[in-house]
Amino acid sequence: MKQSLIGALCAMAVMGGAFAQTPKKPVAKPTRQTAPAVEAKDAATIEFEKFRAEMEDSNPAELFEMKGEEQWKTKRGPNNVALAESCDLGQGVGKIEGAYVKMPRYFADADAVMDAERRIVWCMVEKQGFKFEDIAKTPFANETFTPDITNLVTYVAGHSRNMKIAVPLKEPKVREAYEIGKEIAAYRAGPYDFSCNTCHGADGKRIRMQQLPNLSTAKGAMSGVQGWPGYRMTGGVMLTHQWRMGDCFRQQRFPQPKYASDAVAYLLTYMIGNANGQVYKGPGIKR
Amino acid sequence: MTKNILLAAMATLLLIALPAAAEGDYRAKAIAVIKKDFQPRGQASIDRLAEDGLQAVCNRTGNKPPKSLAERMEADQLAGVRYPADGKLMGDWKEGEKLAQSGRGFTWSDDPGLPVGGNCYNCHQISPKETSFGTVGPSLYQFGKLRGTSAEIQKYTYSRIYNSKSYNLCSEMPRFGHIGALKEKQIKDLVALLLDPESPVNK
Repeated sequence: MKQSLIGALCAMAVMGGAFAQTPKKPVAKPTRQTAPAVEAKDAATIEFEKFRAEMEDSNPAELFEMKGEEQWKTKRGPNNVALAESCDLGQGVGKIEGAYVKMPRYFADADAVMDAERRIVWCMVEKQGFKFEDIAKTPFANETFTPDITNLVTYVAGHSRNMKIAVPLKEPKVREAYEIGKEIAAYRAGPYDFSCNTCHGADGKRIRMQQLPNLSTAKGAMSGVQGWPGYRMTGGVMLTHQWRMGDCFRQQRFPQPKYASDAVAYLLTYMIGNANGQVYKGPGIKR
Repeated sequence: MTKNILLAAMATLLLIALPAAAEGDYRAKAIAVIKKDFQPRGQASIDRLAEDGLQAVCNRTGNKPPKSLAERMEADQLAGVRYPADGKLMGDWKEGEKLAQSGRGFTWSDDPGLPVGGNCYNCHQISPKETSFGTVGPSLYQFGKLRGTSAEIQKYTYSRIYNSKSYNLCSEMPRFGHIGALKEKQIKDLVALLLDPESPVNK
C-alpha cells in the first residue's frame, strides 16, 4: 500500500513537471473567428483527467489523512487533550462521520459560522490550548512543509467521502452568512475592478484553457467544492479550500483574506451552500 | 372599501420594499466583513478594498447602471483618456503580441518592480497562432480586418484598451491605461497587434 503510494507520488512529480513546462496546448489551427465550444478540452486537461482517474485507487491525499488521523486521536497541545475527546464538529464530540459535508454551520459555543478548517482551528485553540497566532503564521503547505491543520482537515474530509453536501441553510445565522458571502463574491474593487464573479459568475468562461465554474449554479458550485482539500500537482503539496479562497483573492489583485476569518467562512457558505444535495467524493487531486 | 384598497396598496409597497432593504443590508455587512478580514500582503495594500465611484455604481446596480447615469459616467471615463502627443496610435505588433501573452502584475506575489503584462490572452482570442486563450471577453481575431485602420478606429482601439469603461461602464475589462498599468508605448503596440494588416490577427 505504502509502496504503491510512493510510486504514485513519484509518477505525479514527473507529471507535475511535465504540466509545469507545457501550460499551453500544442499546435492546432482554429481559423474560425469565434472561440471554439467552451466545453472543448485541451490535451493537457484530457491527460490530467485520465491520470486523475487512474490515481483514484491510490490517492496521495490518503497519506495526509493517515497523519491527520493520528493527530486527531493523540493528546496534544498545552492542555494535553485529543481533538477526538474534545472537538465537536457539529455531530457530537469527536464525531467526524459526515461532518465535513455539513459545514459551514453555526456553532453557538463560538458564536460564529465556521467551515471545517476554521472549526478545527477553533478546537485546537480553545480545547488544546494552541495559540491562534502560531497556527495562522504558516497555515498552508509549501514544498517543504505541511501544517498539522491541513492533515486534520484532510482526515475529517475523508470521512465525508461519497456523502451529499448538506449545509444547513435554513438556520438563520447560516442563511445570513450565505447572503453576505454572496455579496462578497459580487464586490468589485482593486486595480483591475475584479470581483469573484468576474471569473466565476457566468457559464462557459475560461481563463486561457482553464474552465471557470459558475459558482452561482449548483453544478458550478460543486466543481468549486469537489477535490478540496486536494493534492496539487503544481508544487506537489496538499492544500485546503481555505487556501483556494486566498489564492483567488490573490489573482483578483486583492489584499489577503485573514486566515480562518468570517470573510472566508461566509464565501465558503455561499459556494458550498450552492452545491447542496450533490455528492462530495472526498479529498482529491488538483492540477 | 377605499380603506381596504389603501391598506392593500401599502402592504404591497412594504413587501416590495422589504427585500430591497434586506439586500442593501447584506451589502453593507459584506463591506464591513471585507474591511475587518483582509490584511495587506506584498504590493496588495489595504486601500485596494475601497470602491472608487465607478466600482461603487457597478456594485450597487449589479453591473446594470441606469442608462442615463452610465452614459454620463462613460463620457467622464473617455474624457480621462490621454492620447500620445505625437498623434501616432499604432506601434509594433510583435511587441504587442509579447505583451498580450504576459499575465503578470498587481498580485501580492508579483514583484512590483517588474513591468505589468497586458493579460490579453487570459480573456480573449487574438492571434490564431495562440490556441490557449480565455473566453471571458469577446474574440478579437480579425479585429482590424473587420474594422480597417482609419484614424477613428485607431482612436477607438487605443481608448478601449486605455479604459474599456469609456464604452461599457461595468465592463469586466481592467482600465489598463487609466490605472497606469500599461504605458503609452505598450498600448500603441497592442493597438498594432489588433489593427496592423501585417499582424497575424488580420491575416
